Parts: sequence; structure tokens; C-alpha cells
Amino acid sequence: MNLKATFVGMAPALALAVAVTSAPAVAASRSNVSIVGSSTVYPFATVVAERFGRSTGGATPKIESTGSGGGMKLFCAGVGTQHPDITNASRRMKKGEFESCQENGVKDITEVMLGYDGIVIANSTKAPQLALTRKDLFLALAKDVPNPDGSETLVANPYKTWKDVNPTLPATKIEVLGPPPTSGTRDAFNELAIEGGCKTFGWLKDMKSVDKNKYKAICRGVREDGHYIEAGENDNLIVQKLEGNPNALGVFGFSFLDQNRGKVQGSTVGGVVPTFDSIADGSYPVSRSLFFYVKNAHVGVIPGIEGYVKEFTSEKAWGDEGYLADKGLIPAPKKMRDEVAAQAKSLTPMTGKELH
Amino acid sequence: MSKTTETVRKTLARRYRAEKRFRAYGIASVSIGLLAVVLLFSDIISKGTSGFFETYVQLEVTYDSELLGINDPTDQEQLMFADFSAVIKQSLRQRFPDVEGRTEKRALYSLISNGASYSLRDHIKDNPHLIGTTATMWLLADDDVDVYSKANIATRSETARLSESQQAWISSLEQSGDIDRRFNASLFTHGDSREPELAGLWGAAVGSFFTMLVTVALAFPIGVAAAVYLEEFAPKNKITDFIEVNINNLAAVPSIIFGLLGLAVFIGFFGMPRSVPLVGGIVLTLMTLPTIIISARASIKSVPPSIREAALGLGASKMQVVLHHVLPLALPGMLTGAILGMAQALGETAPLLMIGMVAFIVDVPGGPVSPATVLPVQIYLWADSPETSFVALTSAAIMVLLGFLITMNTFAVILRKRLERRW
Repeated sequence: MNLKATFVGMAPALALAVAVTSAPAVAASRSNVSIVGSSTVYPFATVVAERFGRSTGGATPKIESTGSGGGMKLFCAGVGTQHPDITNASRRMKKGEFESCQENGVKDITEVMLGYDGIVIANSTKAPQLALTRKDLFLALAKDVPNPDGSETLVANPYKTWKDVNPTLPATKIEVLGPPPTSGTRDAFNELAIEGGCKTFGWLKDMKSVDKNKYKAICRGVREDGHYIEAGENDNLIVQKLEGNPNALGVFGFSFLDQNRGKVQGSTVGGVVPTFDSIADGSYPVSRSLFFYVKNAHVGVIPGIEGYVKEFTSEKAWGDEGYLADKGLIPAPKKMRDEVAAQAKSLTPMTGKELH
Repeated sequence: MSKTTETVRKTLARRYRAEKRFRAYGIASVSIGLLAVVLLFSDIISKGTSGFFETYVQLEVTYDSELLGINDPTDQEQLMFADFSAVIKQSLRQRFPDVEGRTEKRALYSLISNGASYSLRDHIKDNPHLIGTTATMWLLADDDVDVYSKANIATRSETARLSESQQAWISSLEQSGDIDRRFNASLFTHGDSREPELAGLWGAAVGSFFTMLVTVALAFPIGVAAAVYLEEFAPKNKITDFIEVNINNLAAVPSIIFGLLGLAVFIGFFGMPRSVPLVGGIVLTLMTLPTIIISARASIKSVPPSIREAALGLGASKMQVVLHHVLPLALPGMLTGAILGMAQALGETAPLLMIGMVAFIVDVPGGPVSPATVLPVQIYLWADSPETSFVALTSAAIMVLLGFLITMNTFAVILRKRLERRW
């Protein structure tokens, strides 16, 4: 009867089930570098990984986009092949994360600052380009804003149109599409743009030293009455929505603006247009540094880590005319690149004192 | 005329109207459904069709051994490190001799994909005697050129990512017939890439294959065994009732929960590697098991009791009844259920997110324990990439995945129609 054959056919499945229980043996070796972390660094790290894999002919590193925080958690979980070798971050490692790394035996970590990313506030090219300031962004998007009558009190954000915020802006409804709070881009936008605008009010700035928590709540709180629309982590979707709605503004990384030139334009912030050069020299105010962190204990155990780091820190990758610049990364100044590359080469571990 | 007939006559027109309305509601519901399908498909097809084609540029290529740094074309290592991009740059300079200055030259070189040098390398590997000769070659264009050449001619210069001189070069190439569109074979032969013109689905398709292999190997035998036991052998008591309720509940659990379970148990506790089809397959097994068990039980139930009784009456043992009679008759229904379960698993991304299969993986996986991703995840990753070309590729990938799903579902329907027995 052919059903016996069916039962015989089950045997490999049972063998597989047995293999499952003895799985730790599987994890004992790994031939490819495992990288986790920020979705902002992901587009750059993947290009480097691909070029590295193709030029050496060896295994291409595997890259997961887990977000900066999620990446740190996986990275700091321990030493061993089941843990990632490198984590990307769109912000610097936090002191708490460094300590948790130390507790889990991840002692020596090399920090590599790979370049800058700008956050742009863009709209459709069908609409006029806006000239914003950080103060405008704070007033338009914060949950509570200083009372318009000039007294040092807070009121729930009353502004409905850009003209209400700043008479030089058009009388269109405030409608900003941006990433949700889980995103590193949102963290950076809140910190650099909204808090930056908040600080322009002297009495709010003074609050920082008095009541830090209250200061943070005011200066980083985003309104929830429909004027700031959380559009998900997919920046392409925001670009598409901006094309359909010329009155809306969108918040996303510079690389998406760079790739969609012609469809969307970046608003000036403080009079500075977001361009390659203005972000590199620091005159565009809403920009941040990007990092990756290497687990020194894995170097030499997992093949390819040194090679990947070397490729990433080579001039043809992160240089002024390197291929990462074509993908929208804003290179660090030459002198800084040389320093970081030297540190990366010698795998100089962090002491933890540089973090805060 | 009796009173009843009178009442009937009065209400007849109203009842006919009610029926008409009722039918109209039905037709309206069906048309809304159809409209949604038509909208979805026309959107995907209109965006995705161009993803199946790639732009190529024709150039005179001279395989200058000095430029390549090759003195022995049979030496694999020399071939590996040979600078084929220098050859391409030289032929571009020959095609446009007026281009001067570093920035302009860089702009010129960026017309050709950096993947073109690899295809030249492979070409020379197969034909080493070509070193030193000149040939007319079709080279893969960069994705920006691809988008530009596919766009509407009247409006393309407004949205282009190309400089004016680059646009002029392309126009000149177009006029001399040196730009052509060809079938995008790399879509079906390459793994993922960050260059849209080199990116392919093959890595993800192989990953899907290994994942499904693990899922079938585990889910089908376990599901059928469980269903046979519950239906034919298990006593009907509180415990089996409890198990039944739980199986039905599991079928309704959101799939991401299975991913969390996989992360905690298989990766956390058993220490299995992240991002491998083995773990993905086990997680999807857990997800599809309830579907398979429920459909298998239903098809065992539909086997008429008279067959069991006849077999028992002829002296067959309980096990013989099940193996020789019930299972063969129930098998078509079980297979249909299993195929539908597999189709569901093939389109799943959420649980794989948790176990690290949402990752950038270039190499085509070699087995169930090498890092891999799957087709729907590839779609998700492409949809999130900044380059404009990925929009077309995303839709093209959706078309391929839909093709797989439709094939699987059609197969299930045919199987059911062919093998179904009616009593």
C-alpha cells in the first residue's frame, strides 16, 4: 500500500524534529558577518556589504534593519556566534547601553563615526519652497507652545495654518507627515528641530537646569491633534503622499530627498537649503552623526569583519567622491575620516567616558 | 376571489420589488469586490511591467590587456582583480571624446552600471581569446538612466536625476540606436542588491523554497497524524474537547505571536542561528498547523461511516481501516488544506520579522541553515528603498509572488476537482 510510503516519508521529518533539539551545534560556526541596527544606516551599510562581498568573492555580510535601539539590544546581548558582530546607529551609543554591554561580557567595542545625515522638511515641487526656522517648526508642531500674548505661560497649540505661526509663510493648513516615535529619525527631528526651536525662548531654555523632565516634555512633545501625521517608517510612502498633496510637508532623511529630486524639494531651515555641502559643513541645523560599533571579541573569529570595516572606512567608500556619497551619505571632513579610519584599523576600544 | 388571493395580489408587487433590491445589493457587493481587484491589479501591473525590462547601452569595448592588467587570460586570479571598469570608462571616453574635466567625466562614467564590469569579466572568463580585440557590447545602464529612458519623453527632463549634459549624452545614444531595452533576466537569476539594475529575486525565491520545504516536511505529517488521532482514536472527553478548542483558537492567533515564540524558544532557548530558513520553517509550521489539522479533520469526517463499518465487518483492524480506507479517501481534502496553508505561509512576513529573516542578503542561500530571506520580505525591503527604480521592481516582485500564489491555489482547486469523491 502506498500509504506505508507516506509513513516512511515522515521519517526525515521526525529526524528534522530531532535535529531541532540538538540545534546548538548549528550555531557553533558562522561564515558571514552579521550586522544589525539603524534603518538610516542600512542603505549605506548594505552598499558596502555588497561591494565588499563582490570584490572578495567571499560571503556577503548579512544586514538586518532593526532600528538603533533594537540593534544595541541584540549587539549587547553577549559574545558568541549567535550574537551580531556589528551594530549600526543613527545616534551615539548611550551610557546605559554601554554598561549593559559590559555586564554581558561585550567588553571591547570600537566606535566608528561614518558620516552625517540631514533631516529634511520637504514638500512637493508643485508648491512653493518654504523658508522655515526651527522656531517655526517648534510653534507649528509642539504640543504646548508659549502663550501668543507674550506671557511666560503655556497653552495647547492653537496654530492652524503656517501663516498663524509666522506671517511670512503661506496661509496653508499645517500638515506634516513624519515618522512614528519608534524611529531614530523622529528622535533626531524632535531633538534637533523642535527642541532647537524651543531653546529660542529664553525662559524655556532656563527650565532645562530647573526641571529637566518638564523641559523635555515641552520641548520634545509633538502635537497629537492631526496636524502632525504619523506616516509610518516607509519614507517612500511619505514622498508619494507629498506628490499627491502639495500643501503637506514631509519629514525624512536627506538620502530620500536626494533620490527624489524633481518630485520633492527641501524647505530651508534658518535660511539654509539642505544640500550636500550645507550638511557637511554643519550650517544646515537639522543634521546628525551616524555610527557603527564593532565587537572586538568577534574579530578574527568571524571571517570578514576587518575586511568590511576596512572597505567602509576606505576613501572609495566614504570619501568625498566615494560611492556612499552617491547614495546620499554626507562625508565627514577628511581629517576626521583619517582619525576614525586609524582607530577602526587598530580597533581602539571605547572607554565609556566619551559617552553620556 | 378569496381573501388570501387578494392579500397575495396586493403584496406581490412589493415582494417583487424587494427581491429586485435584494439582487441589486448582491450585484453591488460583487462589483465592489471586483473593482477593488481590478484597481489593485491595474496599479501593480502598470507600475511593475517596466520592472521586467532593463536599459542597455551599446559601446565599442576594447579589451586592452594593459588597461586590464592581464598578461595571462587563463589565470583566474588575474581575472578576479582585473580592472574592467577602466575598459568601460575608456570606451565611454571614445564615444564622447569632447567630455573634459573631472566632474563631467565622473558624470559620464555613471551612465553605466557598476555591474557591467562583472558581466564583462564573466564574458572574458568564457572567451579568453578575446583579450586584445575590440567588440561591440551591450552594457547594463545605471538605474537613473533606466528610469530616464523609460519615462515619458515630453516630461522626463523635469523629474530626472540626471544633469543636462548626461541627458544630452543619452539623447545622442538614443538617436544612434545605441540604447535598447531588454528582458530583465537578473531579476530571476540574482540575489538582492542595492543597485536596482542588479537586484534580483532569486535569493529570496530560494529562501522561500527552503522555508516551505521545512514547513511541508514538518506541518503535513504532524498535522495529518494529529487529525487522524483526534478523529479516529481519541476518546471524546473533556481533554480532547479542550484540545479541539485550543486548535481552533490557535488558527486565529495573529501570526506575529508565532514569531515572538520562535524568537524566545528556538533562537533564545535552543540557540539556533538568526535569519535561517530552518527557524523560519518551524515558525511557519506552528502557524499553519491549525489550518492543516482543521481541514484534515474535516476531510476525515466526510468519509462515510459505512466504509469504516464495511472494512471492520470484513475483519480489518482499526489501524488497517484508517491506513487502507479512510486516509486514501480523505487525502485529496487534506492535500487541498495543506496547499492552502502553504500558500498562506508563503505570503507571510510578520513572524519572520522577529527571527531576523528581514535582512539584506546578497548571496543565494545554499541550504536551510544559511541566512536567507523570503519573497514577501524582499517586496517589503524593496518598497522601503530610496532609489526610484525600486518602485517598479517592487511591483514586479508582487506580480511574481501573486503568480506563485495563484498557481498554488489553482493546483489546490484542480486537485480537489480531480480527486474528489462524492457519496
